[in-house]
Amino acid sequence: MKIAIIQFPGSNCEYDALHVLRNVLKQDAHLIWHKEFKSDDFDAVILPGGFSYGDHLRAGVIAAYSPAMRYVREMAAEGKPVLGICNGFQILIESKLLDGALLQNNCLTFVCRWVNLRVETSRTPFTRFIKKSSILRIPIAHKEGRYVNTRRRIKELYDNDQIVFKYVNENGVETDDSNPNGSMDNIAGICNLEGNVVGLMPHPERASEAILSPYKTEHGRLIFESLIKYFNGGR
Amino acid sequence: MTFINGVKVNLTEEEVEKAKALLGREPNQVEAGMIDVMWSEHCSYKSSKPFLRQLPKEGPRVIVGPGMDAGVVDINDGDVVVFKVETHNHPSAIEPYNGAATGIGGIVRDILCMGARPIALFNNLRFGELRSNHSKWLFEYVVKGISDYGNCIGVPTVGGDVEFDDSYENNCLVNVGCIGLAKREDIVLSVARNIGDILILMGGSTGRDGIHGVTFASRVLTEASEADRPAVQIGDPFTKKLIIEATLEAVKTGYVTGLKDLGGGGLTCAASEMSGAGGTGVEINLDNVILREENMIPYEIMLSESQERMLFVVKPEGVSEITRIFDKYELSYSVIGRVDGSKMVNVYKNGRLVAQVPSRMLSDPPVLNRPVKRPSYIDQLAAVTPPPMPLNLAEVVYKLVGSPNLASKAWVYRQYDHEVGDRTIIKPGQADAAVLRVLGENKAIAAKSDATPSHSYLDPYNGGAGALAESCRNVAVTGAEPLAWVDCLSFGNPENPEVLWSFNETIKGLTDYALKLKIPCIGGNVSFYNEDQVSARVVKPCPVVLTVGLIEDLSYITTMSFKKPGERILMVGLTHREMGGSEYYTFYHNIQGGRAPVVNLDLEAATLKTVLKAVRTGKISAAHDCFRGGIAVSLIEMGMENNLSATVNLNGVGDPDLRFDELLFSESHSRYILTTGEEYLTDVIEIFDENNIPVKEIGVVTDKGRFEFEYKNRRVSCSTRRLRKLYYETIPRYMGVNKWMK
Repeated sequence: MKIAIIQFPGSNCEYDALHVLRNVLKQDAHLIWHKEFKSDDFDAVILPGGFSYGDHLRAGVIAAYSPAMRYVREMAAEGKPVLGICNGFQILIESKLLDGALLQNNCLTFVCRWVNLRVETSRTPFTRFIKKSSILRIPIAHKEGRYVNTRRRIKELYDNDQIVFKYVNENGVETDDSNPNGSMDNIAGICNLEGNVVGLMPHPERASEAILSPYKTEHGRLIFESLIKYFNGGR
Repeated sequence: MTFINGVKVNLTEEEVEKAKALLGREPNQVEAGMIDVMWSEHCSYKSSKPFLRQLPKEGPRVIVGPGMDAGVVDINDGDVVVFKVETHNHPSAIEPYNGAATGIGGIVRDILCMGARPIALFNNLRFGELRSNHSKWLFEYVVKGISDYGNCIGVPTVGGDVEFDDSYENNCLVNVGCIGLAKREDIVLSVARNIGDILILMGGSTGRDGIHGVTFASRVLTEASEADRPAVQIGDPFTKKLIIEATLEAVKTGYVTGLKDLGGGGLTCAASEMSGAGGTGVEINLDNVILREENMIPYEIMLSESQERMLFVVKPEGVSEITRIFDKYELSYSVIGRVDGSKMVNVYKNGRLVAQVPSRMLSDPPVLNRPVKRPSYIDQLAAVTPPPMPLNLAEVVYKLVGSPNLASKAWVYRQYDHEVGDRTIIKPGQADAAVLRVLGENKAIAAKSDATPSHSYLDPYNGGAGALAESCRNVAVTGAEPLAWVDCLSFGNPENPEVLWSFNETIKGLTDYALKLKIPCIGGNVSFYNEDQVSARVVKPCPVVLTVGLIEDLSYITTMSFKKPGERILMVGLTHREMGGSEYYTFYHNIQGGRAPVVNLDLEAATLKTVLKAVRTGKISAAHDCFRGGIAVSLIEMGMENNLSATVNLNGVGDPDLRFDELLFSESHSRYILTTGEEYLTDVIEIFDENNIPVKEIGVVTDKGRFEFEYKNRRVSCSTRRLRKLYYETIPRYMGVNKWMK
């Protein structure tokens, strides 16, 4: 499997994603400057975290109009796995590949801390091999991560099994205290109708090696391993 | 105020005469401006240089020492670490958000222009009492400025400290540090050595912002300082991120022979320092400088401190490849001149020579030998009578744990991305120092920046030695051997002999402990004039020291939190009656005075080495420097993260005649608290006994929910629940957040 990690001006988690995929998981992953990206060359694509175009106008909105996103759209339409992490999630939202909006955190500041995520569905390539309701410890680091949508659309997300991750406490319960940014229904990540495009605010690439985890966990790695197994035929 | 050719300059009459004599004629207006900025305290270090010469700068691992934008030390396998601390006090005092943000921008450029990737940021902040709305405003926006800038450029902010003291009410201190990582062969110096090399100015455009930032920083704040707000630069972290990537890619080509960022003093500083260091000259054509505003005159272009600019010296054959990289990142750039053999900075505009000054005259200005005098307040303050012992010591403990200086700073570090880069093994709040791995290798660096102004105020010598000692202790407890350090010294007006005496004492203290531990100083920064005319107050001297240590095996890494009940607690070192400047005296009793803790140089160094040896056996489960807030607060800090407690007996760990309050809260140096499993107890104690370092088993980690201290048949007992609430709630509450933050 050949994985592209698209580098926009202002991306800053691209090397971390590359490190995990290439050095930890021994995958054929490549950093691709946004102007040089062509969809035909790759089997999956990751939009990394950071501050593409300095978050000018609105987080993710300028990158959403980058030519690279035309190819990402093509890949999404072909059913290839697309993952947006943090700013990547914001870009997927702004390019309408995912539904809803990501507003400023309700605390009005940037928040960097480890959270507990509950896996809500195993239908995406990135969660196919993680048991539903598993609890993953992964850090967040963002200022605009409060997921918002209309009640009607949120209901549709539930009906269509499009909610992928939720913020929960260590016992797996959705509480206000475990919701770090005020997201509606504690939503941390969602997917498109088909399930191949996933966006999440937390950073699995920062939680893929025990040495970086305060809990000695490697839960972020499960998300990437799931993709690899999915690709290797384990559908 | 003096004038040269009608231009107002911040120089003395003697300096003006000297400038004329060196130049051999009356400087024109452009030249007057260039001399003014380069001879300012900020750029020239003219008052501090004679004192700074004392510092030990050599060591087997030093690759680049003081004098360049940042120091460089070897960490084996061809890897080097580059680091530096700077202040951005004056700009932050009048415009906290941009002042702090551009402070980060400046320190990152200092690391970058050595050819290194910035991998970690630090900040040491000092504000007035947190009760004051003015201090809250400064605190909130300084943190926000650092957060917005640092997070955007993708460099994690991993450590530092924050303290509140009335002396900083009108002069907050914003110290910012940065660490970079590079391969030794990629290190570039700020030198223009080869005649014929091309000068390329890359990054932001040049505008009128920040003109005279350095002269502004080289005088005391006045009521009129508000009008200096245009002298505060505006940061652009997005452009900075592109500059980081483009610069590192350019350096890899091998065509870059010299590199310097444009900070204080702008183009004048970069051009003169690079040619001065290289023994060459430069020819600059201002028509090629990309301007942001119309009708800028040469004076303004040469003095502009617009942010996000880098000056590259490039081999002529490499220009096209370098500019191709800048094009990829859509950064603007222009060829503005070349290196020549004139030993002059030659500035042209419209084909006319508008300034011609010897490079060395600008880069190496005459130093001053200002007088020093021991302040009379020192003896008065030392002679303060001890307060009576409070009846309820448990209440004192609660009060101290809930003091803004000792309470958790989670409100601050949760706003900083401290994880980006996938290197941060030890994160803020987990240990005394941050630990960052070197990707792909079994090694890591530990780093911490510290200062204790309340000690320095009473005893600048021991405050200086103590700042270095503390930062070394903080690095060592994680399992790292301290390798080198940089300092950042904030003081008042150097024209006041008493201020300069404290400065000299501080340097002496730093020097003596550095020589004892054999650890070199590889760079630094001095900030004077931290006082204001309005309140006529001088800041407490603030010597910040950033120490970097090396962990040669990742299995050594140790954090400070208690791990499980039943583990044994060891007290290393002895406690003395050294209450001056303690948080107990200043916060609880409101006493400014007493005897500040003394650094026993031999004992301090020997204790550090022994603790490091013990930590590296892998038998220590938690290790913590015992310092601010004394034994009581240090022990409590170890229990906060995992909600564990301790029961200890403190007989025999201090001078026999100590009162209970003194034993609990004295801030003596050379002390550590360690925990170990029962099975290792004798082994660990033996390590200390062999090296004649005082150690005593004082108690045990519990899950009883109470911290219990016993001494001479008296007991103090505190509820862990209440302590945690105070520890995690204090700062958020002051800042209007009604929940605890961990």
